[in-house]
Amino acid sequence: MLFITTIYPSGMNLEGGIRLKVHDVSLSFGGVSALSDVDLILKDREILAVIGPNGAGKTALLNCISGFYKPWKGEIYFEGKKITKMRPDQIAKLGIARTFQNIGLYTGLTVFENVMAARHIYMSQNLITDAIFVGPAKSEELRHRGVVEEIIDFLELSPWRKKVVGSLPYGLRKRVELARALALEPRILLLDEPMAGMNLEEKEDIARFILEIFDGQGESYETHVLKDGIKSIILVEHDMGIVMDLAERIVVLDFGRKIAEGKPEEIRNDEKVIRAYLGED
Amino acid sequence: MEQLYKKEISLFKEKKDWFSFLALVGLIAVLPPFLSDRILTIFTMIGIAIVSVHGLNLLTGYCGQVSLGHVGFMAVGAYISAVLTSKSGLSFWIALPLAGLGAGVAGLIFGLPSLRIKGFYLIMSTVAAHFIVIWLVIQLHDITGGSDGLAVPKPKIGSLVFNTKAKYFYLVSFFAIISTIVAHNIARGRVGRAFIAIRDHEIAAEVMGINLWIYKLQAFFVGCVYAGVAGALLVHYFGFASVDQFPFIDSVWYLAMLIVGGMGSTFGAVVGAICLKLLDELVTIVGPILAKAFPAVAAQFAASLSLIVRGVIIAVFLIFEPRGLLHRWDLVKSYFRLWPFSTEETD
Ligand SMILES: Nc1ncnc2c1ncn2[C@@H]1O[C@H](COP(=O)(O)OP(=O)(O)OP(=O)(O)O)[C@@H](O)[C@H]1O
Ligand SMILES: [Mg+2]
Repeated sequence: MLFITTIYPSGMNLEGGIRLKVHDVSLSFGGVSALSDVDLILKDREILAVIGPNGAGKTALLNCISGFYKPWKGEIYFEGKKITKMRPDQIAKLGIARTFQNIGLYTGLTVFENVMAARHIYMSQNLITDAIFVGPAKSEELRHRGVVEEIIDFLELSPWRKKVVGSLPYGLRKRVELARALALEPRILLLDEPMAGMNLEEKEDIARFILEIFDGQGESYETHVLKDGIKSIILVEHDMGIVMDLAERIVVLDFGRKIAEGKPEEIRNDEKVIRAYLGED
Repeated sequence: MEQLYKKEISLFKEKKDWFSFLALVGLIAVLPPFLSDRILTIFTMIGIAIVSVHGLNLLTGYCGQVSLGHVGFMAVGAYISAVLTSKSGLSFWIALPLAGLGAGVAGLIFGLPSLRIKGFYLIMSTVAAHFIVIWLVIQLHDITGGSDGLAVPKPKIGSLVFNTKAKYFYLVSFFAIISTIVAHNIARGRVGRAFIAIRDHEIAAEVMGINLWIYKLQAFFVGCVYAGVAGALLVHYFGFASVDQFPFIDSVWYLAMLIVGGMGSTFGAVVGAICLKLLDELVTIVGPILAKAFPAVAAQFAASLSLIVRGVIIAVFLIFEPRGLLHRWDLVKSYFRLWPFSTEETD
């Protein structure tokens, strides 16, 4: 039923297993520096956590990667290709998806339609074929519906699929955003505080979903991204406990600078990190 | 599953939808001989307003680009068709698509600023579009007839000339129905979702792979194609084109139709167009009666009554029912579907 070619999986040999490389990136807003000389590497097969106190530059970094902010210095490479000057929609088409810290859903659409909207890059209908609707437009619509339903099913959103997202509680909206990012079938996923503002149970749900997305679900699903998983994820998160559980590697930002990088147990005992976090409290 | 999806995306989901549609077509076919010329004129004007408002709905209601130049783009289509049929002797059926295309291209040009500017400043640039168009029509006196206007032939197919109120009503009804179906199709497909994504969260839309450039311009284009077709239908109805048929204030009333019916809903746009046009008629009936009752203030009162009533209606809707009549109707419907078991809103 689902014979849709997607940008997934990559099929290319990555140099040194590096999916994403942020090199020496600096960004400032009217003289206030948000990022200075940030270096970061996201490898194939890893969940990388980016942590840091409020205002450290975590969101700014994701915005640079997705092309929404343009750094004044430095370069960003995705699978060896320079993406620093590309538009966000071009970067999305290369295979980078993200969620937003402050939820960026299309509030007037239903859960289903929000996720369906993310299939945009895989669909080919235009104003004319859409206007006529019968024929190719209709069959394409049907094919992508299958993918969307699988993703909604996977994230256990089925009971709300026809609800307008503006009417959903916060925790659910966060999950819809995750579903929308999945529907892009990206090769890397950027998650900006996907569990912020949730209760413990909801946090555990999301943590489980992130691990399942990373691992892949095998033959029980037809959609590529669910079957094979997304093998490179950047997770921005405040909750240290969760970060320690999920991430293989952690990068710590403070005042726009990278102050530490390493395995969870190294970061836990790193003095600079402890100072940055204590300083904030 | 597949069957279920098919049903979900079809235009007529249930048998009764087909039935209502055929009943409507039947009514349109049968009624005109029984209607007075005055009523037919009202219905024809409603039909033209429906064609036009769908365009504004795609641009403003769906894509979120507020335009106050809609009537200006109607004028572009109107004059293209008027000049091509009266001066070049082209058939209405060739001139009409060209009128739509011409207005669409004009829309593209005036839509270019939308890539750089937003909100209030974009609205101002659409206002400018209106006055530039009208100014051009007057300047190009030799072609357009300038402020004297231009006589326009009635459309015909073979020997059938649409020269009576009833015949023209059929013609306009045809376009109103087609334009509604096309608008509905665009709105529910890939392009419509891209429009809504841009309206609801521009940054997210771009990050999810939607090219803002292309889709905003497409919204301007398609919105103005509708306007152009509606404008052409209008001048061919009157048999005469003049800039007075395209007053700036009408653009405001087109926005009001969207507000009353519900932005971003194809059927809401239809409801809005019908309501505002009927309201106009109501005012012209009630006005003289009121004027008789209060002779002291009669003169000014009757003249401004229409403006006042429309202004009040818009204000009331903006304050109490910003999502429009159609939304209220949906709520009422779901209430009664469940009543008396539960009165909570479902799906
Ligand atoms: N659009 C903007 N205009 C001006 N300053 C900005 C903008 N975006 C971010 N900044 C500044 O850049 C710095 C980094 O902000 P950023 O949002 O990346 O922090 P963060 O690490 O995501 O913090 P939080 O944990 O609160 O989300 C802050 O000092 C912020 O004020
Ligand atoms: Mg942040």
